[in-house]
Order: sequence, then structure tokens, then C-alpha cells
Amino acid sequence: MPDTQALVNDFLNKLKKRKIEGSQATAKQTAELLRSVISQTRVPYTNQAAALIQSVKAVGERLIAANPVELAVGNVVRRVLHIIREEDLSLTAAAMAGVNLSAVSDDEDDADGDNQPVLSAAAIAAASRSTLRPPSLQTLLEDVPDFAAVPHTSSSGGDSEGKSKSADKSSRSRKLKHDVIEAVNELIQDISTCHEQIAEQAVEHIHQNEVILTLGSSRTVLEFLCAAKEKKRSFRVFVAEGAPRYQGHLLAKELVMRGLPTTLITDSAVFAMISRVNMVIVGAHAVMANGGVIAPVGLNMVALAAQKHAVPFVVLAGIHKLCPLYPHHPEVLLNELRSPSELLDFGEFSDCLDFGSGIGAPLLHVVNPTFDYVPPKLVSLFITDTGGHNPSYMYRLIADYYSADDLVLQRRATSGN
Amino acid sequence: MGAQKKSATPRVSEDPEDLARNPLQAILLADSFATTFRPITLERPKVLLPLVNIPMIDYTLAWLESAGVEEVFVFCCAHSKQVIDYLESSQWSSKPNFIVTTIESHNSISAGDALRLIYERNVIHGDFVLISGDTVSNMLLTEALQEHRERKKKDANAIMTMVVKQSKPSPITQQSRLGTDELFMAINPVTKQLLCYEDKAEYSKGFISLDKTLIADNPSIILHNDKQDCYIDICSQEVLSLFTDNFDYQHLRRHFVKGLLVDDIMGYKIFTHEIHSSYAARIDNFRSYDTISKDIIQRWTYPFVPDILSGSTAIKVERQGTYRASDVTVSRSADIGSFTFIGQGTKIGNDTKISHSVVGEGCTIGSNVTIEGCYIWNNVTIEDGCQLRHAIVCDGVIMKSGAVLQPGVILSFKVVVGQQFVVPAYSKVSLLQQPTHLDSDEELEYADNTSGTGEPGYKLNGDITPDLSETAYELGAGGVGYIWSVFEGVQDEEWRQSVAPIPTDKLIKLMLEKDEDDEQLTQDGNVFSASGELKADSDDNGSGDDDNEDSGDDYVFFEKEVEATFLRAVNENVKVDHAVLEVNALRLSYNMASVDCAGAIFYSMMKLAVESPHNSASELHKNAADIITKWQKLLKSFLHDIDEEIEVVLKFEEMCLESAREFAALFPQILHLLYDKEILQEDAILKWADEKEGADAADKVFLKHSEKFIQWLKEAEEEDEDE
Repeated sequence: MPDTQALVNDFLNKLKKRKIEGSQATAKQTAELLRSVISQTRVPYTNQAAALIQSVKAVGERLIAANPVELAVGNVVRRVLHIIREEDLSLTAAAMAGVNLSAVSDDEDDADGDNQPVLSAAAIAAASRSTLRPPSLQTLLEDVPDFAAVPHTSSSGGDSEGKSKSADKSSRSRKLKHDVIEAVNELIQDISTCHEQIAEQAVEHIHQNEVILTLGSSRTVLEFLCAAKEKKRSFRVFVAEGAPRYQGHLLAKELVMRGLPTTLITDSAVFAMISRVNMVIVGAHAVMANGGVIAPVGLNMVALAAQKHAVPFVVLAGIHKLCPLYPHHPEVLLNELRSPSELLDFGEFSDCLDFGSGIGAPLLHVVNPTFDYVPPKLVSLFITDTGGHNPSYMYRLIADYYSADDLVLQRRATSGN
Repeated sequence: MGAQKKSATPRVSEDPEDLARNPLQAILLADSFATTFRPITLERPKVLLPLVNIPMIDYTLAWLESAGVEEVFVFCCAHSKQVIDYLESSQWSSKPNFIVTTIESHNSISAGDALRLIYERNVIHGDFVLISGDTVSNMLLTEALQEHRERKKKDANAIMTMVVKQSKPSPITQQSRLGTDELFMAINPVTKQLLCYEDKAEYSKGFISLDKTLIADNPSIILHNDKQDCYIDICSQEVLSLFTDNFDYQHLRRHFVKGLLVDDIMGYKIFTHEIHSSYAARIDNFRSYDTISKDIIQRWTYPFVPDILSGSTAIKVERQGTYRASDVTVSRSADIGSFTFIGQGTKIGNDTKISHSVVGEGCTIGSNVTIEGCYIWNNVTIEDGCQLRHAIVCDGVIMKSGAVLQPGVILSFKVVVGQQFVVPAYSKVSLLQQPTHLDSDEELEYADNTSGTGEPGYKLNGDITPDLSETAYELGAGGVGYIWSVFEGVQDEEWRQSVAPIPTDKLIKLMLEKDEDDEQLTQDGNVFSASGELKADSDDNGSGDDDNEDSGDDYVFFEKEVEATFLRAVNENVKVDHAVLEVNALRLSYNMASVDCAGAIFYSMMKLAVESPHNSASELHKNAADIITKWQKLLKSFLHDIDEEIEVVLKFEEMCLESAREFAALFPQILHLLYDKEILQEDAILKWADEKEGADAADKVFLKHSEKFIQWLKEAEEEDEDE
């Protein structure tokens, strides 16, 4: 597909050059790209799910490699893979039910036989999800035979039984693709509405006359605070400016425009101010499987200050930020070092960086990390679009959204190289 | 100027939208037209040399792509085939919105030729970015481009915008951190127009001249020496046609920029755009290779840093700025220090220490090796116990056990260094012999075809092992390669642009020289050396307070004239009064002070004394005494005050040091004689002694000689006072 190929390359390029900022935008664009990849993939008659999974994986690996720091890419790829598996599972279950049905009423039309599974598919999928999912070990055991079964039945069937069966199959394959695309659309919808979903819960958490502290700027936090304001809660916000990019300044401006009383403080004043604060609300870059948070630099310090003064530390994160990996995982690149020029002007300090004299190595070294890691024990609550969760509950959410087969996606990617 | 120009100008002015719709184009010169990277560039073009393990041209192209350039014309000359092959096989050939086209030429010898050829092809349709393939930057072009277009709309003569960046040159070495010479730019602070550009502040000259009209036309001018030229130019189409019109323009800066600045008929203007937070620099020599590599490792060029730029191989940044590829085998006892890059597939043995270095792909490094500040390219083998400091080691080099590279060494491709061999500092080693027909003129930056980077490379391609037969064993037992000899005179300057940091003894020396200069300046603006014609220039460097700068040369002529006059007076027995008149006339015509006359006359007298026949020092003394006695009146008539008398002593001292060493032993006697004849007053001598007191030992030689005499003078003075 030259068309998707160009799209993929374009997106890869943007990821590489760090042209897309923010995990929400990245996640959404990744999902959209994968949707077009799926729709362009030619599905064979046999083993459609595997074909889809393979093509998504192939693209996904490249996307992840392009910007390993942006974990949202990997998350969305895994979500899509999970969706394909789920849909395939539900379709197979439905087909099996259909076979049973057709065995009972053998004389009925083809049209009827086509309609029957459609109706039951959703129900059976739901049933299989609810019954098979929670005991995860069982799911794994049950999944494998299913996959093995699909090619078997189709190959044998295609040979012997002839046209009628294959027509049924082609409609099924179209169906699978259709279902997957529907589900991915839903995912895109979820990602784009995650701010509102999270913001809806604002009134439950922010109370009258409270003081809220945040650091840097996060769109989720902004919407969250504004939602509470719209519900006639009156409260005060402390914004730490978030050096070196000072996005807190922008947040403060936005908040004031929306009529919220705002106080801007330096990052270093956080500890001094924390005793007056009722709650810390911050955004995150990614939430790891253990409940640890990868967040803009400076937040670990804020979290420690909050713990010292027993102030709740609340992290807002759209579900696309939930990463099924653990921070100690070797594939996880926790941090990115950005250009030192954000900290100081090169021209001013060029004489300190003259390598021509002395030992030939600069004595001045500037480190500009983008992220902090906040361990789970410092986080009081996660608010995602599905509601509030305890850090220790994260692994359960992960089991809901990702399938275990896909966790190793990245490892395969690196060893493949 | 022709039709092209005429057709281009109205289009620009009539429809600015049209300009905006034109895709932004760039010309990338994949040939530096320089020989600074020899001997490496004999075998591989400069733009393909790895910079922190990625070819330089990739940095440039990646930047152009991210800056919104849509079409790039890569001009290749030397090793054009290698460049084209590389570009075809790389990612750049298949980008949808970024077209890379190569233009090949075999007979271009300068950037000017390249641009003329591109003009003939007629491929540039609007504003373009002119850059060479060895530039690293992460600046945003939009702002500069916007400025350029707006200026162009208002004034059709604003045809070029030059990107500059603040960077202070070192006060000691007079060169920037990139190893380039101090650069002087005069810029109008309001309009940002470039008014003067002096990249070679020639040390012999030591001054810049600004046209008087500049000051009249511009209400304020700022003269910068802390700006670095980034060699990124945003040009309008006219630039190309200008190169065609002025077929003698070769060098972009030396000819084109200076030519435009001087030329007031056309009235073309060049403007500058200063960048602050972003990075831009060009690799011009080995020192800038070192500096920019370190900047990249320190991430000043973000996002163009190895871990992001490298395509397939995963590179991770670890603590202390260490970059490591995914499958590196490092012994546990090896010490990989800070700011080091280790490429894929490299193996490092026990107890090896590496710091501030770049090690490429597929290298094998043995045990107990020390690598400090080195750039080791791909597939290099370094055996046990080697020591490398501040060197560049190209692909395929083998260093046998115990070999040592001293700072500043360049090992070109596939050189083998023998066991225990010590490669001396700053030497360049290659499998290829040094071109014999050297373009001895170091000023010639462009490589002409014969000595250029083209031919020897092909020879190597044809025959992998060129005549390595007999002489190639300069590198110890089992070594293969020639050590290139360094040109006479350049040797001293080798440290300036090498990868190695400037040795401290050089710095100290420079610092001392500088102090001396300062001291002399404060002493007297008019210290001229008599005999040392060459030195006269450097001495008058700072004597700007004195009327004319080029008095150095004038003084030499004047002195000769005076000498001739004096000799004639001696030979023809001219009356003293007449001689005085004649010297005075000379003084007026050369616009000299009487100090100069005194110096010159005394110089002539002493010279006569030396040249007249004598066998021993005492005879010489007698000669001198005779002449002084005879012509004291002439001398005296120019000694109006104490300054002039001091000048005579200084002149005498100088002569003793340089032209008339015979006098060295007689210094105190003659001084006494001059005192006796009342040519010199004791105040003058004492003042001279005082001034010399502070100078360093070499200068005090004669003060020591005449210590007794001065002592005697002082005592005499005290006695006078007592009475």
C-alpha cells in the first residue's frame, strides 16, 4: 500500500523529530494511523486476525522505535492489537454458536444464517469477555486453542465444502475488519474525549474554598479545574511555573481568563507553600503498570513535599497513558534529555565551553531531563476516564485493556533489530 | 546582469504570494573546497566523514528537512560518486516531501564555480538556503526567512541574510572555539545590515578600516568580534546571477561578501540574523570537528543528537552523557567515562579506560588501553596496552600492541601502527603519499584538480594497496603508512586547529607575548624598531593614537633617506648646519617627529662606525667616539627634550641586539661617551633605566651591563643634591 506507507513514513518522521507534542495528540494520531493501516490491509480468507495483527505489529514496532520515550504510541498499538484479538475471539465464539444453530435448523436460508451470528455475536462476545476475562490464566489457556482452531477449520472447510462456506467466510472476514475498525473508532473517540470524561469527576474531588497546587501545564488539569469552576465551586489554585519551559505561566494565564483566582510560584517555593494546600493535582506523561508515574520534571519533589505534609497527590491520566510495562523494564526509556539551551544561552556561555584549552573537556555540563519518576507510594489517587483508582489497582486496569501476548511487543522489536 | 535578473525582480515585487507558494529550496555544497581535512579527504569526501558516528551530511539534511526546505540540490565535486552513492542508498532518496537532487561536477574548484553551474541549470526559482554539507544546526528558519522576505519586499537590493551567533573568541589565542580566526563584523544595530566583514584579521596588519561613508550613512554601527559566522545564508535568486556576472568570485566570504560590501554601484545589501537559543556551526577544521562533536554529545543540537538521529540502531543515553548502542560488549573492569559514545558491535577489553571519546561501530579494543578525547571511526582494531590521546582514527586502522598516539595525531584509513611505536604529536598518517606538488600557498583553500581530493582516491579504488612497497614502513615494526611532513612555517601553527586542546606551554607563551605587547603600548606609542623592518609593523600595532597607521613602512624609507643624507654629509664634508637643514626637510616630507630624526641619525652614525674598518672592540669604540664627536651637533639639534634622548638610548639598545651586535660589549662605554658629550642628560638615562626595570630578563641585558654607570650617575645626582 503506497498510500499507507507514505502516511506511516510521514508519521514516523514527525515522531522522530519530536514534532508532535503531548501524549493525547500522539495517541490519537497513532490510533488513526493504525485504523487506516487496518482498513488497507488485504485480509486473506484464512486466519484474518493473524494477518491484521501482523500488519499492525509491523507498523507498531517502527512507531515505537521512532520515539521510544513517548509511551502512548506503544500503548495505543497494544490497545489496537487487543481489540483485534477480542473481536476475533467474539466472532469465533459467534461462529461456533452459529454452527450449532445451523446444525439445529439445517434447512434455513443462507441469508438467515448470515443474520443469526450478527445478532448473537455481540452478546456472545460480551459473555465471553465477562466470563473468560477475569481469570486471566484461563483466558490464556483458552485463547490459544481458539487461534489454532481457526485456521484448521477454515482450511479443511475451504477444500471440501466449496462455495457456500467460502462466501460465508468472506463475509466473516469483512465483518472482522469492520468490527475492528468500529472498535478502533471507539478508541479514538475515547482518547479525544478523555479530558471531558476526567473533568466530569472534578466536583467529586474539589471542594469549596480549597487550595489546589499544580506544576507546569497539562490540558487535563486545566479542564479539570475549569469543570469544577463551572459547577460553581470556588477555590484557589497555586501554579508552580515548571522550569525550564515555564509552561506554568501559560496555565496561570488560562486559569485567570476563566476566572479562577491563581497564584504563580516558583518551583522552589513548593515546599514552603505546600502546608497551605489541600490537594495537589497534576498531569502525567505515562502511568506504569506498578502505579508509578512518569511526569514532567519537578514532580517528584512536589510529591515528596505533599507526602511530608500529608496532602493528597492526585494524578490525572487519560487511559491511553496507561502503560502495561514496569519502569524497571529494560525497554522502557524513562527519560529524555533535551537541549541545554533551554537552560542557558549558548552564546553567553560559549567561553566556558571552549574545548581548546585545559584538558580538552568542558568543565560545564548542563543536564536538562524532561521527566521525573514518581514512585507509586507517593501517589494517593489516579483519576482516569473510567473513574478514580488506587495505584495498586493499576495492574487490574491493564489486564482489562491489554492482552498479555502483546506486552512483549517491544522486546521483539529490539531483538529483531 | 542580463535578462535573468530583469525577469526575476518584477516577479518578486508584483506578487509576493507567488514567492510564498514557491517551495523553499536549498543548495548544499557537498564539497568544502578546502584541504583542511587532509589526508582523510583524499579517500573520502568531507561530508561523509562521521560526526559522532553519523555522516555530517545527515545532520545538514535532517536540519534542512525539519526547517521546512522541500527541495535540496546537493552539489558534489570531489568524490562525487561516493556522495551520490551514499545519498541513493540512504533514507534521503525516498522522502515524499523532501526531494534531494544531486548535481555533479568534476571541474569546479570553488563555491563560486558551483553556484555558476547551478545558475546555468536554472533550477532555483526563488529564495534559497545556501549551506555547506558540514553544517550542524537546529535553528528555526521561519523567522529568518520571514525577515528576509519582508526586507526584500521593501528593498530589492537586500539579497542575502547571513546567520550569525554569539561566540567569544579566546583573548589569548585570538581564535574562536571552532578554531577559526577572530572575525570582525560591523553591523547596523537597527537594520541589522552587515557593513564590514573581516575574517582574516591579518596579524601583520592588526587593524580594520571602515569606510568613512559608512559612518555617515549609518547613525550607529556596532563593531563585533564576538560573532560567529554560521555559514547558513538565505539568498535571493540574484545571488546566483551575481556569481555569474563576477566570474572571479570564488570564495563565498572572501570574494562574494566582501565584494558586495565594497561595491557601491550595485548597492546590494547583506543583512544578518542572530540566533540565540538555537545552535548552528560549521566544521571547518579539526578543532571544530572536536568542538562540535562535544556539543552534539552534550545535546546542544537537540533534536539532532545520536540517539534520535540514528535510524535502525537503538542508542541509549546513560548517566553522565554516555551513549551506548544496544549490542556493545564491554568488560566489567573497563571504565567508560562521561561523554563517550560507543557504537554498535564494539568490543572493549579489561581495564580499558575511555573518556570524552567517540568509538564507532565494529571496533575491537583490547585490554589496558587508554583512550582520551579521541574520535575512533568504524572497524578499528586497537590491541592491548595502546594509549590514544586526542586523535582521530579512521576506518580500518590497526594499532598493534603498545602503540601510542600523541595529541593531535590523525590516522587516515587502514593505517597500521607498529608495536610500541609512538606517533609524534600533530602528525598526519596516511596510506597515500603526500602530494608532492604542494600548493605551497596556504591561503589557497580550494583544492585544485591535480592536488585536489579527487584523483588519489580513485587510484586507491583501482588498486587497493598502492605502492606500499619500501618506504611505507615509517610506523615501526609491521606498520603501514606514510607520515606526512608538515610545511615549514605552518608547523608552529599546527596546534591551533588540531583536535587536541591547546597545550599549556603554548598558552603561556602567547599570554606572555600579549603582555609584552601591552606593555610596549603603554610605554610609548612611538616605539619603532630601526633595523627590523618586519618587526616594525607588529610594534606599531596599537599606536593608533599616532597620526598614521602605515608609518611603519614610511619610517623604514625615512630612515634610509636619513642614512644616505648622513653618509653624503660625511663623505663630502658638508657643513653641520646644512645637514641639519636637509634632515629637517626629510622630516617634513615624511611627516615624522623629531624623535624619529634623532633615532635615525643616531642609527646612521652607529652604522657608519660599525662599517668603517676596525679590528678590535677598542678600535670600534674609537671609531664611534670620533663620529659622535664630529657630528654631535647634528644629533643635538634634534634632541630637544628628554623623550628624544630616551629614544636614542632605546635605538642603541635595539641595534646592539640586532643589526650591530659588535656594540653589545661596548654599550656602557658608548653610553658614557654620549653622556660626556652632553648628548644625553643623566635624567634621560635614569628614566630609561627605570623603565627597563620592569621588563623581563632578556630585555634587561644592557641595563645590567651599564649598571655601574647608572649607579655612578645616581650617586653623582645625590651628591649634587647634597651640595
